Amino acid sequence: MDFFLQLVINGLVIGSIYALVGLGFVIIYKSSSILNFAQGEFLMLGSYVCVAVFTATKVPFLVAFGLTLLFSVLLGMAVERLLLRPMIGEPVISVIMLTLGMASVLRAIVQGIWGTETVPYPEIFPTTPVRIGPLPVSQGYLYSVGSVVVLLAAFSVFFKFSRAGIAMRATAFSQQVALSMGISVKRIFALAWSIAAVVSAVGGVLLGGIRGGVDGAFALFGLKVIPVVILGGLDSVAGAIVGGIIMGVLENLAGGYLDPLLGGGVKEVAPFIALVAILSVKPYGLFGKVKIERV
Amino acid sequence: MLSLKNVEVIYDDVILVLKGLSLEVPAGQIVALLGSNGAGKSTTLKAISGLLHTEEGEVTDGSIEFQGERIDGMAPEHIVRKGIFQVMEGRRVFEDLTVEENIVTGGYTRNDRAGLRRDTEMVYTYFPRLQERRKKLAGYLSGGEQQMLAISRALMARPKLILLDEPSLGLAPLLVQEIFGIVKRINEEEKTTFLLVEQNANLALSIAHFGYIMENGRIVLDGDPAKLRANEDVKEFYLGGGGAEAKSYKNLKFYKRRKRWLS
Repeated sequence: MDFFLQLVINGLVIGSIYALVGLGFVIIYKSSSILNFAQGEFLMLGSYVCVAVFTATKVPFLVAFGLTLLFSVLLGMAVERLLLRPMIGEPVISVIMLTLGMASVLRAIVQGIWGTETVPYPEIFPTTPVRIGPLPVSQGYLYSVGSVVVLLAAFSVFFKFSRAGIAMRATAFSQQVALSMGISVKRIFALAWSIAAVVSAVGGVLLGGIRGGVDGAFALFGLKVIPVVILGGLDSVAGAIVGGIIMGVLENLAGGYLDPLLGGGVKEVAPFIALVAILSVKPYGLFGKVKIERV
Repeated sequence: MLSLKNVEVIYDDVILVLKGLSLEVPAGQIVALLGSNGAGKSTTLKAISGLLHTEEGEVTDGSIEFQGERIDGMAPEHIVRKGIFQVMEGRRVFEDLTVEENIVTGGYTRNDRAGLRRDTEMVYTYFPRLQERRKKLAGYLSGGEQQMLAISRALMARPKLILLDEPSLGLAPLLVQEIFGIVKRINEEEKTTFLLVEQNANLALSIAHFGYIMENGRIVLDGDPAKLRANEDVKEFYLGGGGAEAKSYKNLKFYKRRKRWLS
């Protein structure tokens, strides 16, 4: 039983970070119908930048973290200005290809600067574990889940009620009609990419703190998140959260129980099996909106 | 208020759609722009609102002036802020936003909260049916309700000029009557100027103060509604009916009379 709970808790933590990165995915998809394949690279880059700023400047960790978020905002704006604006009016698929290219470039830049060795993270969370029932849970886990919950709630409210959030959803429906409302589509894109970069960076820093270091494998997180968002429904914030948590827990349970029996690797495959099973029942994902057809 | 002088529009660098079009829209009036399919009516509106850019179209000659300021070449989001709002053909509501949220997007360019609240009220008094369906997704509204929503969005921006593109498209005659009645009321009560593009010439001339008739990218005829209605060609080609000889199949060779403005 303890083993099971331990797996579930690990799953929840990883799942909440999946949810965060998934949120970045959803925001970009919602406002521009683009799948951003560089989402994992944003996470990795944020993680590296944070630790680099921290070790180089010796400022308190929270300040380094704040600077990382600022960097992410600028990164998002730069992506809009340099990559997306020239692509206005081009097919969506070309822009998606562009994000793949950007992913490679970002990975190469990161490797060029920090190499392929793991860069150790400072102790950002208190090390004494907290007891939940019979289980000792590391405080890092609690901080992660807590900050993820706060961020996700904030963005749900943002999309539902704020004018910028509504304008983003409007832009996702039709850029031309959004323009005719006086909504600056360029600014909406910059906002979406900045938010996506920021949430990914938060995920990256949390992950770095939990694992005690950051390396190139962090970029693979982006790939893991794709089944998460497709499962939840590409355009649903709630879907990203639920999908992320389901995937995280499922992955850990599969890894814990099936890997010893089958000789490993199930952990990596489990999310995709779940994806196929759920999509065959709910083709728009768990929470994806069904396209309204007028007859 | 708005004046187009010799405007030429080219799509995709090759297709000449507007061939030196000129027209005037005086403040406070409803001006109808009539014409058959493909005459360039919608293109004219998009040239004014700047939405042409999103369709690979370009104003290559002539000028578009709004309140004495050149607006051709301006970005569409800036033109909205100048006070011109286009209600696009086919309603184009944000289907996966609720009615209420659609109305919020209409007021996106404004920041005065009190004014926005007042105008939301105003919109709901013009279209009580939208208030009943406030929380519904706009995609599930009927065609007429969607057209009402599209006009409401425009009102929320408090524009000086609304470009209304084919509000009657695909709607039942009774609903069309209702919508035209409200357009007339908005014009009288809110002093909003309209440039109205329509295929239903009869209806458009019934509320317009002035009309233009377009063919092949040019204005071929203009005048007040009474004058246009009296014109034989307009009668035959736009209003239905017309000369007696056209009805008679005995004189089949006269069946299609040549339009006088073409010769």
